[in-house]
Amino acid sequence: MAKSKSHLGKVKVGKDVIVLHTMAYLFCGMISALCLIPFIMIFSGSFSSEAAITANGFSILPQDFTLDAYRNVFREPIVIVRAYATTIILTIVGMIIGLMIQTMTAYVLARRDFEWRNAFSFFFYFTTLFNGGLVPTFILYTRTLNLQDNYLALLLPLLFSVYNLLIMKSYIIGIPDSLIDAAKIDGCGELRTLFQVVMPLIKPALAAVGLFIALAYWNDWYNAMLYIKDETMYPLQYFLYQKVNNIEAYKKLIASGAVSASAVSAISLPTQTLKMALTIVVTGPIILAFPIAQKYFIQGITIGAVKG
Amino acid sequence: MKKFLKKLFKYRIYLLMLAPAVIYTLVFAYYPMTGIVMAFKKYNYAGGIWGSPWNGFENFRFFFKSGQALKVTRNTVLYNVLFIVCGTAVQVAVAVFLTEIHNKWFKKISQSMMFLPYFISWVIVGVMAFNLFSSDYGFANRIITALGGTKIPFYTTPAAWPMILLFFNIWKGVGYGSVMYLAAIMGVDTSIYEAAAIDGANVFQRIFRVTIPSIMPTMVILFLMNIGGIFRGNFDMFYNLVGNNGLLFDYTDVIDTLAMRALISSNNFGMSAAIGLFQSILCFITVLLANKLVSIYDKDYTLF
Repeated sequence: MAKSKSHLGKVKVGKDVIVLHTMAYLFCGMISALCLIPFIMIFSGSFSSEAAITANGFSILPQDFTLDAYRNVFREPIVIVRAYATTIILTIVGMIIGLMIQTMTAYVLARRDFEWRNAFSFFFYFTTLFNGGLVPTFILYTRTLNLQDNYLALLLPLLFSVYNLLIMKSYIIGIPDSLIDAAKIDGCGELRTLFQVVMPLIKPALAAVGLFIALAYWNDWYNAMLYIKDETMYPLQYFLYQKVNNIEAYKKLIASGAVSASAVSAISLPTQTLKMALTIVVTGPIILAFPIAQKYFIQGITIGAVKG
Repeated sequence: MKKFLKKLFKYRIYLLMLAPAVIYTLVFAYYPMTGIVMAFKKYNYAGGIWGSPWNGFENFRFFFKSGQALKVTRNTVLYNVLFIVCGTAVQVAVAVFLTEIHNKWFKKISQSMMFLPYFISWVIVGVMAFNLFSSDYGFANRIITALGGTKIPFYTTPAAWPMILLFFNIWKGVGYGSVMYLAAIMGVDTSIYEAAAIDGANVFQRIFRVTIPSIMPTMVILFLMNIGGIFRGNFDMFYNLVGNNGLLFDYTDVIDTLAMRALISSNNFGMSAAIGLFQSILCFITVLLANKLVSIYDKDYTLF
């Protein structure tokens, strides 16, 4: 709280200012702590011994420090490495193709000399108002396109989003027409204008939308749940989901007496600490990329907030 | 016609550039819309969407008669109202307080910490919820017993879940949401603050008379947009936090989770499609209504 004095300078400080600052620091401090604690708990759990967690439950600090859980996670490294590779490749490919489609589309919709731009904008926008819903989409992927157990079923659903298109479009509209016209007079075709004149000017939007797309791919488990049955094709998040939920399923089976506890331990029941270590392994890259990504996300949100 | 063809030629490059997105949208957004006929069919695998026999409103009757329609719709709406009201309050409070904090380090670190939950998947949030609320290992029960209370078996206590879900909803959205309000506050003309200070307003008056009214348009717009989605349950959240724990369904089942169970668990394609159509129509009406209200409030912010 002592910090609340630092900026005051020569202005006379009223009681109200001190009260407000105390409240501000307390409130923001509390919310920040609440945001961080669940992360710390997972982190500490992953470095605790299974016995300590069973006896005491989860805590803020590691109990009985050990690396056992990580040893268990990497006992079969191929499984993790495979899920990692799946997710990384999907994220990169999805981000590149997604960005290209989104940028091209946004560029055309932002061109004032394109008389049909409003009609096309509505064509895209309408899909956010009404959609076929879960079942028709499910049947489209599994039967019409026959993409069950196909990586395309993980790539396609997140490739294009109208929200990202709107962010992109509102950014491109901000570019002065004279720049684009000048490029065209100099003999640039549309594609060259887009890549050599417009793209360098919209780097913040490219970064923001690129990260939005990448995050969607990285965190996707839903499409894997619907379309992927083959365990070797699981992306990271769904891999984690399966592990986490298996342990609960086994526990219920033991409780109901359907399976004896010894039979379960024989098929190596994933333990609580293993779950934590796995979560850390899955979340790691996001947390590491976070400081760089945050800036662009904030820009993206702010652009989006301006319109739609 | 000739004019049209002429334009088609004139815009050929533009149209070519639009082609991937247009094809994508036709296949993955417009084509599935035709699939809503499934809501009126008794789906069988051999017949597919078009070959299966019609069964009128049978799927809807089943959905409504089971009493589930009312329950999941009520849950969906109540949760969304709770999330919108409490979420907005916390986000605005964070934005207002963050602007009052002038210590750069504290501000930066605190904002980063609040943003962190936005970046992780709901699968991981599910793990965190278990860490906090499991009866055997949970941190919450540790605190409760340390304070002399008795353990609460959260995962078999339905009434506890509105609070737990509210907590995680606010938790995950506070960083993202407050950024929008921060941007709105940054946009307030500083001369108004100076005028208020000269007129002798204290800081609280300044906040309630200047800051809050200035960001009111943003609040109203975002509020109405959220209202547009009031019949859409956050499937990611409910499925990862509650999952298939039937004990909790009275308090936690929303339209989206029911539709998914009808599809995946009971393979009742017809009923799932009926639930989906029911939801799509409700959503469509509320979005139009919300947009109408936005246009009454401020024409510049309407979406179409």
